[in-house]
Amino acid sequence: MQSIDQLIEGSLKGEKLSTSRLISLVERGNKHAPYVLEKIFPHSGEAYYIGVTGPPGAGKSTAVDRLIARLCKNNFSVGVIAVDPSSPFTGGALLGDRVRMHVKHDKMDVFIRSMGSDRVMGGLSRTTKEASRILDASGKQVIIVETVGVGQSELDIAEATDTVIVILTPESGDSIQIMKAGLMEIADIFVVNKADRPGAKDISLSIQGMLDRSLRKRDWTPPIFLTTASLNKGIDELYEGIWSHSRYLQQDSMLEKRRRTQFKLELRNRIESEFSHILWQDIIEEKNIDNLVQEIWARKIDPQNAARRIMGELIEELPGWLQRGG
Amino acid sequence: MDRKIKVVIAKLGLDIHWRGVYLVAQYLKEAGMDVVYLGNKFPAEIVEAAIEEDADVVGLSSLCGNHLALGPMVVDMLKEKGLNNVKVFLGGVIPLDHAKRLEGIYGIHRVYLPETPMQTIVDEISESVRDAA
Ligand SMILES: Nc1nc2c(ncn2[C@@H]2O[C@H](COP(=O)(O)OP(=O)(O)OP(=O)(O)O)[C@@H](O)[C@H]2O)c(=O)[nH]1
Ligand SMILES: [Mg+2]
Repeated sequence: MQSIDQLIEGSLKGEKLSTSRLISLVERGNKHAPYVLEKIFPHSGEAYYIGVTGPPGAGKSTAVDRLIARLCKNNFSVGVIAVDPSSPFTGGALLGDRVRMHVKHDKMDVFIRSMGSDRVMGGLSRTTKEASRILDASGKQVIIVETVGVGQSELDIAEATDTVIVILTPESGDSIQIMKAGLMEIADIFVVNKADRPGAKDISLSIQGMLDRSLRKRDWTPPIFLTTASLNKGIDELYEGIWSHSRYLQQDSMLEKRRRTQFKLELRNRIESEFSHILWQDIIEEKNIDNLVQEIWARKIDPQNAARRIMGELIEELPGWLQRGG
Repeated sequence: MDRKIKVVIAKLGLDIHWRGVYLVAQYLKEAGMDVVYLGNKFPAEIVEAAIEEDADVVGLSSLCGNHLALGPMVVDMLKEKGLNNVKVFLGGVIPLDHAKRLEGIYGIHRVYLPETPMQTIVDEISESVRDAA
């Protein structure tokens, strides 16, 4: 077994096995994870981050596969984090994104990692961020993160990437559904994939209509690309579209602003999760909670004031607790 | 062991039978494992995936008679790449004497014939990972 320092050194030199092991350590919340992240962080920040999201089966992985090939043709090295949902019941996951991905490793510098959405000690965005930072530090120039756009995960992806591509299909339903899913707000680029099927033009027009009607002031109007990823059609245009968004972000330090905002958000999230961890692990005792539940059950106190009572006691005890060093 | 087991599963080469292996993948997921399904892949790609995914176990399915050629190739390439702890399991329609040879000199950890109960596969995978830890 290699030491952590050897793994870090290896990964920074671009060794795959070391990189892979490091990702496992942070994924599993291993006790060495903070040390790993501390060491690799100064080496990250060079890569360009692309998010790909959209409904299940829209062709995200197929499009990612084509983008990988396109990027490699221009001599970029590529890291991919592909997230699929985990079963809420068993925690297991069937990660199928690699089925669509075909990499010629002797010719292409690519690292793909699959991840179950609950593989995570601190939320999806945190683990994907940590894993992509490891890939970034290992020398990958472009990082692609694929997530399924249902529920909250598509919002996370906007917090972790520079350019967000939302992939829809002629079957994606009407514009109201797309709006509801929160995809309008986060898209820097729209793709209507499966353009070989009827209705592609219609959905692209309805997206265009939504963008036109939207009251939000934008300096960047998301372009809409029609692709048939399975036939490698429209990928060149999409590729150019990504870089033109990237060039847009280079003006007026917008990329820097975007990333600073992301750091700020990340910092807030981490403070909150550290705090709640301490709260539940070290400070609040289960039996106090149980006692309060008893009182609530007896209708002697309502839940809101019960929570406030606990908070009140906490704030009194906190200084002493901190002085004792936890 | 409290951490999730990670399995990389592939159909060897051009094998087009998929029901069996997909059902196994589903079952392993239900047993709480993270299962990376590759579809049809050749040994070099399977091993590359095992590296990138930090797999504990590689599962192969072979129903078209290429098991004697490609199965051992996966085992050898894993060793070559330094993945000495990764156990290889192989399932498929395989003559009994081939199965014995694969488990013997060819270093496949376990060969499963079509009638193997799913739970046996789950148990033996879990056990092999526990032993390697
Ligand atoms: N007709 C058509 N089919 C496509 C196209 N692109 C992808 N597909 C097919 O759509 C199916 C789903 O493709 P994936 O790339 O796995 O889609 P995905 O969005 O990654 O799926 P999940 O990750 O499971 O949400 C596959 O059968 C693809 O072959 C396309 O442009 N046209
Ligand atoms: Mg996919």
